[in-house]
Amino acid sequence: MFRKCLRASVSPAADGNKEFMKIGVLALQGDFLEHKVILQKLGVETIEVRLPKDLAGLSGLIIPGGESTTIGKLAVAFGLMEPLRHFAREFPVWGTCAGAIFLSQNAKKEQPLLKMMDITVERNAFGAQVDSFEADLDIDELKKATGTDDPFRAVFIRAPIIESVRGNARVLSRLADGRIVAAIEGHLLATSFHPELTKDTRFHQYFLSLCKK
Amino acid sequence: MEATTGTFAVKKGLAQMLKGGVIMDVVTPEQAKIAEEAGACAVMALERVPADIRAQGGVARMSDPELIIAIKEAVSIPVMAKCRIGHFVEAQILESLMIDYIDESEVLTPADEEHHILKHNFTVPFVCGCRNLGEALRRVGEGAAMMRTKGEAGTGDVVEAVRHARTVLGEIRRIQNMPEEELMAYAKNIGAPYELVKETASLGRLPVVNFAAGGIATPADAALMMQLGVDGVFVGSGIFKSGNPGKRAAAIVKATTHFRDASILAEVSKNLGEPMVGRNVSQMPESERIAGRGW
Repeated sequence: MFRKCLRASVSPAADGNKEFMKIGVLALQGDFLEHKVILQKLGVETIEVRLPKDLAGLSGLIIPGGESTTIGKLAVAFGLMEPLRHFAREFPVWGTCAGAIFLSQNAKKEQPLLKMMDITVERNAFGAQVDSFEADLDIDELKKATGTDDPFRAVFIRAPIIESVRGNARVLSRLADGRIVAAIEGHLLATSFHPELTKDTRFHQYFLSLCKK
Repeated sequence: MEATTGTFAVKKGLAQMLKGGVIMDVVTPEQAKIAEEAGACAVMALERVPADIRAQGGVARMSDPELIIAIKEAVSIPVMAKCRIGHFVEAQILESLMIDYIDESEVLTPADEEHHILKHNFTVPFVCGCRNLGEALRRVGEGAAMMRTKGEAGTGDVVEAVRHARTVLGEIRRIQNMPEEELMAYAKNIGAPYELVKETASLGRLPVVNFAAGGIATPADAALMMQLGVDGVFVGSGIFKSGNPGKRAAAIVKATTHFRDASILAEVSKNLGEPMVGRNVSQMPESERIAGRGW
């Protein structure tokens, strides 16, 4: 018991205040618990965000995979659109798959979008579920940020591609055929794959490094 | 950078994307659009909802591929379709239609009274029904990438869904507290693969996503199942057999997200119109119950 208290009081300073950082995961629908499990493994306090009030005191937010139309409709119904945009102007936000679609400027379909990242996405770009796949990605920025050299095993589920990036948005990763699957714009991050479905925590570490800045 | 399709991670992954959501039975492209508009995370395409299958009787089979394709073209969310238990050719046909998930379902008339489909043989993922942990892990052993508790489909009576969810989740709680040497005998007694029993005990949950199904008809029913510990809900006859399907569907979606917030549940439950009439399962003769199908 004593040791536990000691650790809790000592380690934050030693660990760059990581444990004081609270990260939200948008919990309207989708695989938010998978993100939560990885963040907890990394020692970060995690909050499920379902209503605007849940955003208070967060240092960053993850918008999980799921169905982007469902997430968008629920965000509209519970008054989250403007609070989320306001949050994203100030703090880091990372969208995986449906989350990336939700952050985009344009998804080429009529559906609620935050329009915070200057990217156009194509939904279900690889086809139906039978075309869902896994592939290794070499992401230089991720390797640099985490000091590792292994490729990242990325899981794509009925995944979107990032068709184009404009303005301040830039490409973070491409498939072998050149299609864009990750982009960054300031402190906003979009990936068409799901690091939360793997045991590799490097992408979450990379996102946390954005939240600490 | 070689891409691999059809891995178990990818099959299970789609079910993980459906979590916290509502999958709705639809019988026309128009209903599919209403479901998508209401916030469904997927739809189940079929010719008749379970309540009508019950009422009309006869042999219930896979739906007409043309209907399934029309529903698939109407929406951007994933589309599931049902095949009969053990009918692997119906499953092959559904896979060729590029359906997103196959439900090997007791709601249709079983084609095999001893064996289920060997689901590892397919690239498309499968969801199957269960009433208890043994049944769930036998299906996972055959390759199911998602489970749903069976409930009693087409009744609008949630009692069986509760019974099956409590049974599965209760058995998981029990094996979590067992010393490891007792797991082999337990696996033998429930007829489940030993390795999966061990994995479930250490995970403290099924190795795949687990939804509730069979009798959910109101926002409160959906929230009840979520609070009991399932990952999401299927609503079959409960929506399109009710007075105002669009409104009820949207309310059930909201209730599934805010399942612990009673004031939101009260708000979304207001003025939904007539629920489906429903049938009391406890007064139903054994011969009319379908949850017993599956081995």
